[in-house]
Amino acid sequence: MLGYICGRILALMMILLAVSVIVFSLMHSVPGGPFDERKGRLPPAAKANILKKYGLDQPVWKQYINYMSHAVRFDFGIPYQRPHTTVAKLISKSWAITVQVGLTTIVVAFGFGILAGVYAAYHQNSWIDTLVTFVSSLGVTVPNFVVAMWLILVFAVSLDWLPMGGWGSSGQCLIDKYFCTDWILPVVAYAIAPMAIVARYTRASIVEVMGEDYVRTARAKGLSEVKVMRKHVFRNAQIPMVTALGTEIPNLITGSIFIESTFRINGLGKYFVTSTLNRDYPMIMATFLLVAFLWGILYLLTDIAYTMIDPRVRLGAKSLS
Amino acid sequence: MDEALLEVEDLHVHFPTPDGVVQAVNGISYSLGKQEILAIVGESGSGKSVGVLSLLRLIPTRDCEVQGSVHFEGRDLLQLSDAEMREMRGNRIAMVFQDPMTSLNPVLRIGDQIQESIIEHQGISEKVAKGRAIELLALVGIPEAEKRYRHYPHQFSGGMRQRIMIAAGLACEPSVLIADEPTTALDVTIQAQIIDLVKRLCREIGMSVIWITHDLGIVAGLADRVAVMYAGKIVEFAPVDQLFKTPQHPYSKGLLNSLPRLDTRSEKPLEAIEGLPPNLIHYPTSCPFLERCSYKTEQCQTPPEKQSISTTHEVWCHHAGKL
Repeated sequence: MLGYICGRILALMMILLAVSVIVFSLMHSVPGGPFDERKGRLPPAAKANILKKYGLDQPVWKQYINYMSHAVRFDFGIPYQRPHTTVAKLISKSWAITVQVGLTTIVVAFGFGILAGVYAAYHQNSWIDTLVTFVSSLGVTVPNFVVAMWLILVFAVSLDWLPMGGWGSSGQCLIDKYFCTDWILPVVAYAIAPMAIVARYTRASIVEVMGEDYVRTARAKGLSEVKVMRKHVFRNAQIPMVTALGTEIPNLITGSIFIESTFRINGLGKYFVTSTLNRDYPMIMATFLLVAFLWGILYLLTDIAYTMIDPRVRLGAKSLS
Repeated sequence: MDEALLEVEDLHVHFPTPDGVVQAVNGISYSLGKQEILAIVGESGSGKSVGVLSLLRLIPTRDCEVQGSVHFEGRDLLQLSDAEMREMRGNRIAMVFQDPMTSLNPVLRIGDQIQESIIEHQGISEKVAKGRAIELLALVGIPEAEKRYRHYPHQFSGGMRQRIMIAAGLACEPSVLIADEPTTALDVTIQAQIIDLVKRLCREIGMSVIWITHDLGIVAGLADRVAVMYAGKIVEFAPVDQLFKTPQHPYSKGLLNSLPRLDTRSEKPLEAIEGLPPNLIHYPTSCPFLERCSYKTEQCQTPPEKQSISTTHEVWCHHAGKL
């Protein structure tokens, strides 16, 4: 098992290397560059000076080697848009907030989603089941910035119950600077789509397992409904759920520009878009590598979770017995 | 036969569907004696499985309507509350299902699956239950029971898994074991082992068995009495030797003629019963076997009543005793 995990982490390094090559060559192959004159012409000497300062006057392969030799030492360069800080500092500062948003959203989305899915599955074809299916279809189809606008209109403007945004600046918090009233609207808006997906997937997995022969066997043994569900149904329903729902996690913890700009949250999500638009090469590289790394780790964790749920799964086995 | 242990009377199971009501079981009655092995034989869709699943109310009630009565230990199983029914299941009446590959939970250790009904019904500690589970594994012929107790279903062969299912069924020493085609998914040599096992356990523990099968070959070596089912009804009920020697219903005759025989030399090909069973949504008002019967007469337009050939041999045919 340990050997397998080490192998997977090594493979992840290779993936990050491949991602870095692809992203680097793609962003350099787009015509133009970070210091193109949009507002007014720069004297040629000044422009050459800037390019030289950031090493952009060198051939691309040399720039790549230069970047990577620093990156392996966790030096990801200086963002062109904010030359007074470093990429590493900028990301760690903004990501700290995004992780708060993301984790809270995950807890809300998975908690309520699983609850609704289980309830709908157990009361299959009842009106509650129909309601859950309808609401979750709505949740998947309506974009979160639309939901966000409605939430602001109703709860912040009309009713004036909750602040419009700000993330941690309302002063009414549960613990210190955490779990404040201004967390509620962004988390709800952000959580609705994943919650809908979780609810639908949970329902489908549980309905499928409830039809299995071994569930009938468990009932024939005279076990109570609670025991049948807990011991026989949930355990097996977790297998497809882990597969499908794990992939929601990296998306949620890297933030969303829509949620951040709607609710004035100073998070990481916006940099995925702004760094690309501004041709901020070091930021582009760092954000892409971060996402690739999170996905790689998540898939590894998913595979490890399988071995804990399903005894038939043996990771790294040489052959099937 | 003395006092009956389980008495099924006029059992009906109907499934309402958008296309109409499927009349899966239409008024079957039978009794099961102590330490008796009763076989219920019939083709797919004859209602044999549904008939026994409804005894333990294992078909979700929102899907079907069950009528009739099932007397067991002085109570009517169909009138019990859900909690009382759970008390019966696995404890007094246990069940072994058709497919051992899918009837065991793949993510739980087999020991756990055997002992869970003991823990549920007898409220004993896990430690005591474990000892009992290991005993049961040894009883059904699993070698190295102590070690195998901790294994998962995928580490066993089909025959071994069916033994585990039986061990789980026997866990609370039920007085009735219902076996729903327990050997259908197994190959022939394993079938024979499972049959011998059940016969031996039936004698040793003093348990009665209802064995559902579509295979008359199994019935001969196993059962005391046989009920032949067709289109949701019992068409013939007889001690096993009488059914094989002097079958009375044209359907039973047809089934026996379709079996290969080793004791007579015959150049004749095996006979098949022509046609298909009736549609259970539009249940015929005539004898249900009419369409496929080669003995049919005018009389057969009305459904046949029970005819007794002897005290133990009953048949539902207008021409009983005259074929």
